[in-house]
Amino acid sequence: MPALSTALIITRREVRDSLRDWRIVAPIAILTLVFPFLMDFTANLAREFVLRYGGANAIIAERLNPFLFMIVGFFPITFSLVIALETFVGEKERNSLEPLLATPISDTQLYLGKMLGALALPLAGSWVSICIYLAGAYFSQNWLPDPLLMVQVVLLTAGQALVMVSGAVVVSSQTTSVRAANLLASFIIIPMALLVQAESLVLFWGQYEVIWWVIAGLGVADLILIRMGVRIFNREEILSRELDQINLRRIARSFAGYFARPPEQALKRDSAGRLDLVRMYRHDIPTLIAAHWLPILVVCLTLAAAVGAGAIYAADYPLPAGTLQLESLPRDAFEDLPQVGFLPRFTVSGVFFNNLRSLALAGILALFSFGVLAVVLLMAPLAIVGFFAAQLGALGYSPLVFVGTFILPHGIVELPAAIIATAFALRIGAALVSPPAGLDVGQGLLLVVADFLKIFLLLVIPLLLIAALIEVHITPQVVLAVYGAG
Amino acid sequence: MRHSRPFTGFSTGVIEAIGLTKHYNDFVAVDGVDLTVREGEVLSLLGPNGAGKTTTVRMLASILKPTAGRASVAGLDTVRHAREVRRLIGLLTEFPGLYLRMRGWEYLDFFGQLQGLAPALRAERSEQLLRRFELWEARQQRTGEYSKGMRQKLALVRAMLHDPQVLFLDEPTSAMDPHSARLVREAIADLRRDRRTVVLCTHNLLEAEALADRIAIIRRGRIVALGTAAELKQRLLGDPVIELRLGRTLDGLLPEVESIVPVREQGPDWLRYSTSQPEVVNPRVVERLARLGAPIITLSEVPRSLEEVYLRIVSEPDARP
Repeated sequence: MPALSTALIITRREVRDSLRDWRIVAPIAILTLVFPFLMDFTANLAREFVLRYGGANAIIAERLNPFLFMIVGFFPITFSLVIALETFVGEKERNSLEPLLATPISDTQLYLGKMLGALALPLAGSWVSICIYLAGAYFSQNWLPDPLLMVQVVLLTAGQALVMVSGAVVVSSQTTSVRAANLLASFIIIPMALLVQAESLVLFWGQYEVIWWVIAGLGVADLILIRMGVRIFNREEILSRELDQINLRRIARSFAGYFARPPEQALKRDSAGRLDLVRMYRHDIPTLIAAHWLPILVVCLTLAAAVGAGAIYAADYPLPAGTLQLESLPRDAFEDLPQVGFLPRFTVSGVFFNNLRSLALAGILALFSFGVLAVVLLMAPLAIVGFFAAQLGALGYSPLVFVGTFILPHGIVELPAAIIATAFALRIGAALVSPPAGLDVGQGLLLVVADFLKIFLLLVIPLLLIAALIEVHITPQVVLAVYGAG
Repeated sequence: MRHSRPFTGFSTGVIEAIGLTKHYNDFVAVDGVDLTVREGEVLSLLGPNGAGKTTTVRMLASILKPTAGRASVAGLDTVRHAREVRRLIGLLTEFPGLYLRMRGWEYLDFFGQLQGLAPALRAERSEQLLRRFELWEARQQRTGEYSKGMRQKLALVRAMLHDPQVLFLDEPTSAMDPHSARLVREAIADLRRDRRTVVLCTHNLLEAEALADRIAIIRRGRIVALGTAAELKQRLLGDPVIELRLGRTLDGLLPEVESIVPVREQGPDWLRYSTSQPEVVNPRVVERLARLGAPIITLSEVPRSLEEVYLRIVSEPDARP
């Protein structure tokens, strides 16, 4: 039996079941059929009100319709979250899941079937709602959006619904009760609320091309969440988990084991780990770095792209001639540097702790962004380097000499440390989507965080310290030797 | 419909488990279960709540993966060929777990589709089983309106719908009235006649004794006793006790009986002895007494319940079969 048709058997049942539940049907029907009229009515009132205060306010009235157009589409899809959240865990509570798990369908078919089942009804409601609003806006205000905006809003609602559903299905398959799933739903609701606010701003701003970026972002998030759901969904986990209780002692024991054992024995719980620094430096760190060649490569390529992007921006926004005069750099240029708010003090500790904070933050942010923010955090300074190197090139200086003097002396130590730390942070984010083989999400996270910490404590921190020493004491000397006024 | 076996490498049992083990973190739910269930055999799994019966069944049904050991159903490894195994088995779970907004007929159609049955076959099998379990009249009712017993019967129909080669039945007659329970017991007996293999988890010891060819008692994740009811009774309670009742007093007859078998207890007109070979000893006793003209009213085995065996096993400190 083809995979999708089996998944659709589940979907059809889910949709039929939702249609028989008045607690789902009634609110969706109200939001779908009544809310657009209310929005239309509100739009007319608001338009009349703002236009009463002169033509300058016409732009507000003009932008109100696209905003409300998006909002009427968003409200019905919020129900997809309610349906999706209870899709697995609700069935588990009602004891109807095990018979389903005993059938010959695959985990992926079951996951997709459930996901589409949660998606179908609210999304259909959303699109009907959009049509009703459009009809109302056309007949009452003679307003119709640009066809491209219509496509954007339809895609936006689909992307948002898919993000909510795929995220909620993941939550539902990883919790033990509907109550726990509802509590965890805030991890989905809060980002979605922020996203809708951002979309509203964009629509009032009138920069509709930005919506394409939002749609693209949602598409990527959809793909990541669906892959994550398919990857971490398994019937074993659903049936095994009875309690959401946190066992701190067990977590600490697992973490200590992952940290202390050599990488190839990390999963062997019966093997006793030993904190052997010599072994860790000689064996663990090289093994871990070799095993992380792919994230390291990804980070390197991304950083190269950041340098390139910085250089491109330099061409678009050239500095006026005479802004940078390196040949007249005074000998005391690095002494008594003025304190700029966001920049660290130019001391060893200032530079060291600033870099330490940034890379530690990368590890934390990676956890909440599938690793993306960790990479973005490192891209920013590299883009600045690319920007200035290109500016200097345009002003007649050699970009290579600039990089060789300002960056390379300490960068040769700092950059590898940053790349390695970011690659391990990226792995933390990726572990949510794709846990290491043989481990569930929780244990997988513990393992990758333990690896991150091992690398961070034993390699990155010493390198950052050396880099800070060089940056403060040697780099300025190199710069002055090359560019100094004498 | 009977499924063809993709691989017939198994030799002795339709279900085979070797060292089957399941850990949930530090908790050992199933601890090295070795088991063979032959074609057409009904095996009853007995044990206290939390003994590991459900986990064992879930591993055999390819729903859970064992932490260690392996199992096969019809020669198919339950981990590597999980989907094929799930196609060959029917599972009646501890709770019926129906979709309460679906109608009975619709519910069966849904599971029939998931099992890949053609529409005509789904309809035929559904009708046949619904009629058999006296649910035909209720087929268009929502399952939420069913009584507990009806729900349990519908769940059993769901498990049997695709005519599986192996059935795992967890408490099949719980919540049923005596008439329905009888229907289910008859169905299980018919399954055995049709050479289906049945694993029956139950707390109803009478039912286990009546239906099962062999009984496995599981405790703390281990099978601590395995055999036929008679074998278990003999092993745990000793040789069967035979009671002889006469139409007169025992005067002068006791030495005659004791020359064949030692007498354990006696009354004015009755005696009891135990023997491991009743088929040899009993005819000799009867023959001797008949020759002496003693009127025999009854010669019967003193009933010993499986419950006695069960309670003795589960209260022992630890044991292996």
